[in-house]
This record gives sequence, C-alpha cells and structure tokens, in this order.
Amino acid sequence: MSRPEHSGPPELFYNETESRKYSSNSHIIQIQYEMSQRALELLALPEGEKCLLLDVGCGSGLSGEILGDNGHTWVGMDISQDMLNVAKEDNDCDGELVLQDMGAGCPFRPGVFDGAISISALQWLCHANSKKENPKQRLLQFFQTLYGCLSRGSRAVFQFYPENTDQSEFIMAQANQAGFNGGLVVDFPNSAKAKKVYLVLMTGGMQRLPSAILHEGQNHDAVTNSERTRWNKGGPRNAKPQKGSRAWIEAKKGRMERQGKEVRPTTKYTGRRRKHAI
Amino acid sequence: MKLLTHNFLSSAFLKNVKIGYPLTLKVTSAEVHLQIVESEFDPDFTKRMLTKVEFPALVDAAKAVATVKPIEIPTEKPADWEQNETFLNQVYRLLNCVDVTAGELVCPETRRVFSIRDGIPNMLANEDEVD
Repeated sequence: MSRPEHSGPPELFYNETESRKYSSNSHIIQIQYEMSQRALELLALPEGEKCLLLDVGCGSGLSGEILGDNGHTWVGMDISQDMLNVAKEDNDCDGELVLQDMGAGCPFRPGVFDGAISISALQWLCHANSKKENPKQRLLQFFQTLYGCLSRGSRAVFQFYPENTDQSEFIMAQANQAGFNGGLVVDFPNSAKAKKVYLVLMTGGMQRLPSAILHEGQNHDAVTNSERTRWNKGGPRNAKPQKGSRAWIEAKKGRMERQGKEVRPTTKYTGRRRKHAI
Repeated sequence: MKLLTHNFLSSAFLKNVKIGYPLTLKVTSAEVHLQIVESEFDPDFTKRMLTKVEFPALVDAAKAVATVKPIEIPTEKPADWEQNETFLNQVYRLLNCVDVTAGELVCPETRRVFSIRDGIPNMLANEDEVD
C-alpha cells in the first residue's frame, strides 16, 4: 500500500482535488465512519452526557459528523485549508474549524476539552517535510499541548497506521514523556486488511485500557479488493468434456445445430460404441 | 468561527508566550443566525458550556461583535445564573449564533495577528515562532 505521508506535507497533498476525492469516496467515508464510531467508543465518555470534544486532523469533517450525531459539540483542527473548505461547504457540518498544524501544538487554553479523537492523522507527524522540522520535537510539542487542553481524567484516542513497531513505540515514547499513560488497542490483529491500531491515551490516574475486538464479526470494515481477486480459470467446473464422451458429442451436436447444419437426432444410441466391427 | 471557539483559543503554543489568553477579537464581518435561537435554545448546553467559558473574555468578545450585531449581556455573571432563563438565552445567542466570518485574532503578549477567513481562524505559525 502506498503511503500518502511519504509523498510530501499534508497541506500540499490534500489540495482541492484530493480533498474532494477523499470526501466523495464512499469506501473512505464508510471506513472513516466506522473508525470514528470505534474511537468514540474507546473514549468511554460518561453515559448520556454531552461533551466538548477535539478532533485532531478533522479534514472534511467525516469523523466530526459522528461526534455531532451523538450529541457532542466538537472543534476540529486541520492543516489543510482545502479540506476545511470542503467541511465548511457541507451544511451538515456542525463543528467549529480551526486551521492549525498539529505539530505546532493545540491552540487552546488549559482544561477545556472532555476528550479528543484523531482518525488517520498521527502518522503524518512522523515525517519531516523540511530540514528544520524534527518529528520527535513536533510529536512532543503536540502531546504536551494536547495534555494541557484536556480536562483531568479524560482520554484521547488516535487511530493511525503505523509503518512498523518502531514507529508506534516512537510515538508512545513521546506521549509518555508528555505525561499521558495508556497504550495501543489493536482491533482484528490477525487480519491484514481489517487490522486497526488505536492509541488510547489517558490523563491522570491509572485507568483500564479497553479491550480490543479480536475476532472478525460481520461488521468488519475492509472491503474486498476486486483487483486482487483471482478468477478461477481452469478448474474442474469449467473443464471441457473429454473428447469422444457423450457430453462432448452432445456439445458438438448442439454447436452444429446452432450453426444451422443438419444434425442427427440425439437418441439412446448416441455416443455408444458398436458391439462388433462390421 | 463562533464566539464559543474564540473563548477556548489561546496562543500559548507560540514561543515565549506564557498564557496567550484571551486573544483580542477584531471583527470585520459576521453572520448572525438569530432566527434559529428560539427553536433550538438549549439551557443544558448553555449551563454546561458556562462552566468552561471564561466569562470576562466572552464579555469582551460581545463588545467586539457589537459593531455588527449588538447582543446584550451583563458584565458579570449573575449569582442565580443557573436559573436565570433570560441570561442563559443571551449567553446561548452569543456562544452559538454569532458566526465571525472575517476578522483578526491578536495575541495579547506578542501582538501576533491570526486572520479569520471564511469563518476559519488561521492559527498557522512559522516554525521559528513555535517552541
């Protein structure tokens, strides 16, 4: 799978055309919805309470829509102006939008948010797009400011696509240094396609990490890729009948008949061997 | 950008900024959706948000939008704010129904200006401005 974060900075990658493509692709929308739903579940907000949430890397507001549907108020933050424009044009978008680079920090005053989610955004921070950028420093700055603007006892859930274990450990180390505790929750760990990694971070106090979904149910969020399907080319079902057999003779007679040639009727003697040579 | 968001924004991520709050709001244009208020007024939402909102900053923001649309608000939170329906209604209008579409946010310490365009505040800063 190609990784868009290798191709350049996010504010350039998600330009107008890419933003539109992203937000109108039903496959992406579906997966984003399901991941946001799961992230909201992992936030473990108090039952029935409507909260103020932060959506980091909100993009065109797909994940925010889930937050809004569940009655929460949300503020979204993204680096791509074009993505935010798409969100703004969408009349259903009920959240507030702020243009900000997550690596520069969360521009909010302390303790305002009851939780934060981020869908497929964190991996962008692991790459330096200029000489001056230091991924380690940017991750730390992000986690420190995020820790600041969350209220005590709240959580932050990040769905992201780690390239390898080194990368997820690297991210975890920065989060721990900023004062978060928590860890990775891996859903569908045995499936290459449905596997989803969530980083669940908690502020203050030991809390129990939510459990992962280990077995694929009916609601797994990967769509089979038609390009990768191998068609059955020469299996026993499609095999030609053996030459000289009754099935072969019948097939040939049918073919000749369709061509308008004179064909002897098919009887019980068709395809039988003669008893003796004449 | 709603005034609710303005109440939460801070420039503390900038270098050498300690508090960075409140950001001074300058409004050039704003949309006011007052017609939705009567039907959607939500006292629970307002109460919940009032526990988070810095009231003096909201009063300042109300003054800033007064050039476009004056909405009355007392300078201090009344003692009985949780029961005071008219006060809650005023706060709800301010927080939720005023949408600043163009303007500026100014950092109180460094005087750095963040612009608001199409209702989206641009908080992007150069790398050397951030610590």
